[in-house]
Amino acid sequence: MAEKIRRLIPDYQALLLFVNASIPALLLGWDAARGQLGTNPQEFAIRTTGMLTLICLVVTLAITPLRLTLQMPVLIRLRRMAGLFAFFYGCLHLLAYSWFDKELSLGAIVADSLQRPFIFLGMLAFLLMAPLAATSTNRMVQRLGGQKWRRLHRAVYPAAGAAALHYYILVKADTRLPLAFAGLLAILLGHRVVRSLRR
Amino acid sequence: MMKPDSIKSNEITDESEYQQRHQWRRNFLRGAILAGTAATTTMLYRRLAVPAGSIRQAAGKQTGSQPAADGAVTQPMPDYASPEGESATDYDDITGYNNFYEFSTSKEGVAPRAKNFVTRPWTVEVTGLVHKPRTFDLDELLALGVEERVYRFRCVEAWSMVIPWIGVPLSRLLSLVEPMGNAGFVAFQTLFDPQRMPNQRSSVLPWPYVEGLRLDEALHPLTLLSTGIYGKSLLPQNGAPIRLVVPWKYGFKSIKSVVKIRLVEQQPPTTWSDYAPEEYGFYSNVNPGVAHPRWSQARERRIGEWSMRNTLIFNGYADQVGSLYSNLDLRRYF
Repeated sequence: MAEKIRRLIPDYQALLLFVNASIPALLLGWDAARGQLGTNPQEFAIRTTGMLTLICLVVTLAITPLRLTLQMPVLIRLRRMAGLFAFFYGCLHLLAYSWFDKELSLGAIVADSLQRPFIFLGMLAFLLMAPLAATSTNRMVQRLGGQKWRRLHRAVYPAAGAAALHYYILVKADTRLPLAFAGLLAILLGHRVVRSLRR
Repeated sequence: MMKPDSIKSNEITDESEYQQRHQWRRNFLRGAILAGTAATTTMLYRRLAVPAGSIRQAAGKQTGSQPAADGAVTQPMPDYASPEGESATDYDDITGYNNFYEFSTSKEGVAPRAKNFVTRPWTVEVTGLVHKPRTFDLDELLALGVEERVYRFRCVEAWSMVIPWIGVPLSRLLSLVEPMGNAGFVAFQTLFDPQRMPNQRSSVLPWPYVEGLRLDEALHPLTLLSTGIYGKSLLPQNGAPIRLVVPWKYGFKSIKSVVKIRLVEQQPPTTWSDYAPEEYGFYSNVNPGVAHPRWSQARERRIGEWSMRNTLIFNGYADQVGSLYSNLDLRRYF
């Protein structure tokens, strides 16, 4: 057990990230257990888990630019955990939508995904993230080989793009927040484009 | 500084104790940083993820001390308007979960931001193709006689409530101004005053908010100019002091805080259908068979219930209003 925890949280920086990224899930669960999610608790749970997924995606994609800009190589060790938290909140988001909005009817979920562009984009983002989570272990990195692994994990860029667009299309009129997310992602992806062009 | 030989050897901290103290200090610092970031994250979450209704409840029960309804309820509740086997939505939910973009685009943000909205004095100007144009003071409107009506309320976003409104049937007001023969539509307008409705400074929608009905829809006995809910005056977040209620149409047709009513010949512009014509039609009758381009309208979440309900054609008022649309292609004129 202790060994497992040590592997999960190897150092202090990882502990910091783990605790802070877990807090929203704990508070959401705590509020849900006390019936404190407001007038439309299902909608609140779906919206909040979606936001948390986007925030974790932004944090994940911010790690490499920050590591290079601040010259803090230690940050790289947090990237996997941040990405896994994004996938974790993405799973909660998908579960909440499937359960509360579609009443766990697989047929309704598939039909919704094919008929509605914003659901399609959300589902696409999830399906792109799932194999990345599955291949996040050291053993999978070794098995795939560094280059192949890196190429596979570039799927996080289209996943983040799809997630941001998913949010933008969903909003009725006030697009400020979705645009803020899209802007942040554009900066983070732009940093990579500029760096690869310079090389 | 002491000379080295004046320090007794038993006063020198030994190596392991020094290490221990250093370790202890480092752990203390790390613990403090961990606690600090955790507190910050908790605070951020609490500030940013605010469930609808909770702010107002936390702010105290000022809603309970609202004055009683202006004007007595003169008519008993008509049977045809009361949903069967459905109970009215909680007052706190009706007054804490609102779409009212003039104040905020977040449903939980409307009530706190609309708290100090002043609704007296208030007049409603009725003009256009009428023989007797007239400006009504709020008290004159209430003097027309208010009735209680329990209606289903179906938002285009696929949630719904059951609301015990009080108000004046719109037909009563329209008969006083005597519409001309060529009047075909009724246009409504919300107050435009960015001082009092702060989000009108933003450009999320073109202001002022406008809505419209066909004249026969406006004259229908179900159509209400509401001044209150649960026997109390409307709160600002619900469209105080007077708002339209058209129970068989999506909620956005029931325009809030009305200041102008104009009778016109042609179909008037309406805010949402101008903003996104492929998503929101002029009619916007509740119809489970016509999906919004981005989501299904087949089912709805009734606030206060766990599972979803089937949405009913014309929101369950087909017997009363179906005949208005017998010659209308409801797919085309959604």
